[in-house]
Amino acid sequence: MENLVQIAMANVNLQAIMPSLVLSCFGMVLLLVSVFLERGRTAPVAWLSIIGLIITGLVSIGAWNQPQAGFAGSVVLDNFATFFNITCLIAAGLTILMSDSYLHREGYPVGEYYPLILFTTAGAMWMASGTDLMTIFLGLEVLSVSLYVLAGFFRGQIRSNEAGLKYFFLGAFSTGFMLYGVALLYGVSGTTKVAGIAQAIAALPDAATNPMVIAGATLLSVGFLFKIGAAPFHMWTPDVYQGAPTPITAFMSAGPKAAAFAAFMRVTYISLDSLQTDMSALFWLLAVLTMTIGNFVAISQRDIKRMLAYSSISHAGYALVGMVAWNEIGFSGILFYMLVYTFMNIGAFAVLVLLGKKGEDNLTLDGVAGFGFKRPFLGVALCIFLFSLMGLPPTAGFTGKFFIFAGAIKAGYIWLAVIGVLNSAVSLYYYLRVMVYMYFRDPVEDYSWVKLEMATVVSILIAIAGVLILGVIPGPVMELAKLSVF
Amino acid sequence: MADYLLSFMTFFPLLGMLVVLFIPRENGALLKSTALVVTLITFVLSLPLAFDDVFTVSGGMHYREFYEWINIGNYFQMNYNIGVDGISLWLVMLTTFIMPIAVLSTWNAVDKNIKGFMALLLLLETGMLGAFISLDLFLFYIFWELMLIPMYFLIGIWGGKNRIYAAVKFFIYTAVGSLLMLVAIIFVYYYAIQSGAPMNGFGIQEFYRLAIPSGAQYWLFLAFGFSFAIKVPMFPLHTWLPDAHTEAPTAGSVILAAVLLKMGTYGYVRFAMPLFPEALQTFIPMLATLSVIGIIYGSLVAMMQEDVKKLVAYSSVAHLGFVMLGIFAMNMQGMAGGMLQMINHGVSTGALFLIVGFIYERRHTRLISEFGGLAHKMPIFATVFLIITFSSIGLPGTNGFVGEFLALMGAFESGLRWYAVVATSGVIFAAVYMLWMYQRVMFGKITNPANENLSDLSAREIVIMLPLILFVFWIGVYPNTFFEKMNPAMEQLLNQMESRQVAVVEQVEQPVMAKYLDIK
Repeated sequence: MENLVQIAMANVNLQAIMPSLVLSCFGMVLLLVSVFLERGRTAPVAWLSIIGLIITGLVSIGAWNQPQAGFAGSVVLDNFATFFNITCLIAAGLTILMSDSYLHREGYPVGEYYPLILFTTAGAMWMASGTDLMTIFLGLEVLSVSLYVLAGFFRGQIRSNEAGLKYFFLGAFSTGFMLYGVALLYGVSGTTKVAGIAQAIAALPDAATNPMVIAGATLLSVGFLFKIGAAPFHMWTPDVYQGAPTPITAFMSAGPKAAAFAAFMRVTYISLDSLQTDMSALFWLLAVLTMTIGNFVAISQRDIKRMLAYSSISHAGYALVGMVAWNEIGFSGILFYMLVYTFMNIGAFAVLVLLGKKGEDNLTLDGVAGFGFKRPFLGVALCIFLFSLMGLPPTAGFTGKFFIFAGAIKAGYIWLAVIGVLNSAVSLYYYLRVMVYMYFRDPVEDYSWVKLEMATVVSILIAIAGVLILGVIPGPVMELAKLSVF
Repeated sequence: MADYLLSFMTFFPLLGMLVVLFIPRENGALLKSTALVVTLITFVLSLPLAFDDVFTVSGGMHYREFYEWINIGNYFQMNYNIGVDGISLWLVMLTTFIMPIAVLSTWNAVDKNIKGFMALLLLLETGMLGAFISLDLFLFYIFWELMLIPMYFLIGIWGGKNRIYAAVKFFIYTAVGSLLMLVAIIFVYYYAIQSGAPMNGFGIQEFYRLAIPSGAQYWLFLAFGFSFAIKVPMFPLHTWLPDAHTEAPTAGSVILAAVLLKMGTYGYVRFAMPLFPEALQTFIPMLATLSVIGIIYGSLVAMMQEDVKKLVAYSSVAHLGFVMLGIFAMNMQGMAGGMLQMINHGVSTGALFLIVGFIYERRHTRLISEFGGLAHKMPIFATVFLIITFSSIGLPGTNGFVGEFLALMGAFESGLRWYAVVATSGVIFAAVYMLWMYQRVMFGKITNPANENLSDLSAREIVIMLPLILFVFWIGVYPNTFFEKMNPAMEQLLNQMESRQVAVVEQVEQPVMAKYLDIK
């Protein structure tokens, strides 16, 4: 027994899980803290969570360029993981900033909300650093379970309940698929290590036609594709995004999605490297499908949250273009794009958080008529985010898309890039329409309920800074993204 | 100072925009005067360019500024790479010249959200100047798209009844074109890298020397050409123009006509044609046909308009047809005529939109049938209007004559002889629709009692029109001022296109990407 412990400890390298460890500890302590606070007082928990995120961020940055592997090689803290960690931490931070006033307005000032966000983030970070399918799965579950709760957090609201339940059932279903895929790949290779599977598959003479490999790879991909909301596994997104509390929607569309992309990329590019041609072809199809479905269905939406849900599907499609490219520019393009998307999408949701009345029934196109003139700051902010989502310079949305499409073109997927930019052209219409209502229609309301809550404004300002800086001087961060790919 | 003149000039309006943003929104007069002062200073800043004799001796790029901007190892590199030559010089001058006029024209016309209006105008100026001076395709693309945003809001917020439709249509048309161009830009870039050609970021001067196989050239030319053709606009991609022009506020229409449309023609001259000369040869008959159709069609439709502003908008389609025809002649006369006609169109159509604005401010209608006999009540206005009408028709002695004559002559002497013959009828049509409109609006008896009490042009309005009239005659009588600075650059451009065509025949090694474009 003692021997076993020693052997196990020998492989443990706490350094490798330090960021998520710190964050989880913060989460657990904060759970306790919120018990001792009087009912309805959540601000201290929020601020402590922010501190936790910042400390975790510093720990993560400390690991830059010093890759650490631990737990018998099932976890690694490399630049790739760090880049995604930072992205997820930023997403969580911006979300928490906009949450407190929101929770009070909606009548659910409950402290557990913040630790749950921290757990989700910790799970996301495990996914990003997992080099064993089991670690990745573990991270995915931690992330998912916390998110199920968060999506249904407003237990008195039917829509929120629906979001939680729907996400839970479909999510459970998709993880089932994923586990099945893991099992099949294990059957082929005898290991769940990402690198081990790569060797085993490369050694197979008939990898590309081996039914177990194909079924395993496909089922595994289904699990990831579900999490990133790619077609045809996108059905849950609109309802969940619309029903979940707005800050959670914002978070879900950025942090967990980035983490899912991280794990997906690691598994695909390392384990399934010998299947490149087939996987690229598959991704090509999925990217086109995802972009097109997302954009075309978004056109007919009148609810802005739902519209942004479909838009987030299409953005997953753009990121998949980077997966198709299967080259360094495409990889680092995804990293960069996920960071950019975090800023622009969470920023847009933060404006919606301030704009909404209790219950948020007014977040429709008609509900923003003349908003831009009545609330100039929020109007301009939302415009910046929407222009970025469209991919117009000088915003980060442009540089991000440029990066990804450049990868695709360099790899020779010119038609894919053409389809991609034509899709962006389609998306112009529904993003512009929000601005049409905001500025070109006369206001019917005076928007007197819209208060510029300090913390939310801070998160909006950070997001604007992110969008503009990454748009005008993308060089340094692109360089980091370049250093992050394996 | 001279080292940073271009940058300073380009970004000065942006600085002005930031100032405007800090002025309280209630203080309309201060907002307007700030914008006016900023645009005037920008104009003064650009004056040294117009008086610099270096353009008369050398056709290359001057006032160069070069900084590395984004450099990601072997991924890509973009530079802040700017400069002017004789081709862009006058377009830059036109921009800085027309902006104070546009600001002045808003003095009484814009009363809601003056702050937003002025801020957007200034942002637009930076975008336009930046696009004209960019020597890096990536930088150009950024400025090119940057122009879109302010114009969209100018039309959408301060426009007429149908403004939403017009604004969205304008935006989507232009953006679709430019997105395809983006793909082409990236493709050229990686093509150049893979073929091992010496590169300098997305610098166009290096791209000019690139030998691109003809198969790829066709596609790339189509992507660039499509984008610019929308902006020009060439038939049949022109349908956004009448909508945007008619709905835009006066200042917006003036800028749209005077500068934004030139982006399309300039794009052809600077990018699409010299980058893909071989494809150009193939497409010239088609493009020239479209230009001629644009001339005839634009004129005929203009003739039938009941709204003065729509009439002017359609006349733009026709005028730009002349510009394109001149450019596609690919000889000195045609090119010079086309280039000069760009400036002319900016001056005279800009002036026409201002004139439409004057009567709209007085009567709040633009229907020709509402007017008649205005000459009795507004003699100064009648004179000004007549001069501009003549300039638009292209009467000898005015600027329009020189440009159209040279463009047509160039086309006649090139392979486009029969196109020129057909296009010349457009000049006659122009006389018909302009004079007919002038007659119905200005002459005869006053039939509509609402016109009895119209006041003549105010001092401000005369000040707006005088510089434009000055240039109508200056260019009409002594165009050499402009030609002498344009010619060296155009000669260089034409030579370079010729030598490129020869060079393209000697094929370089096939880069990997070429196989995707079905290149033999």
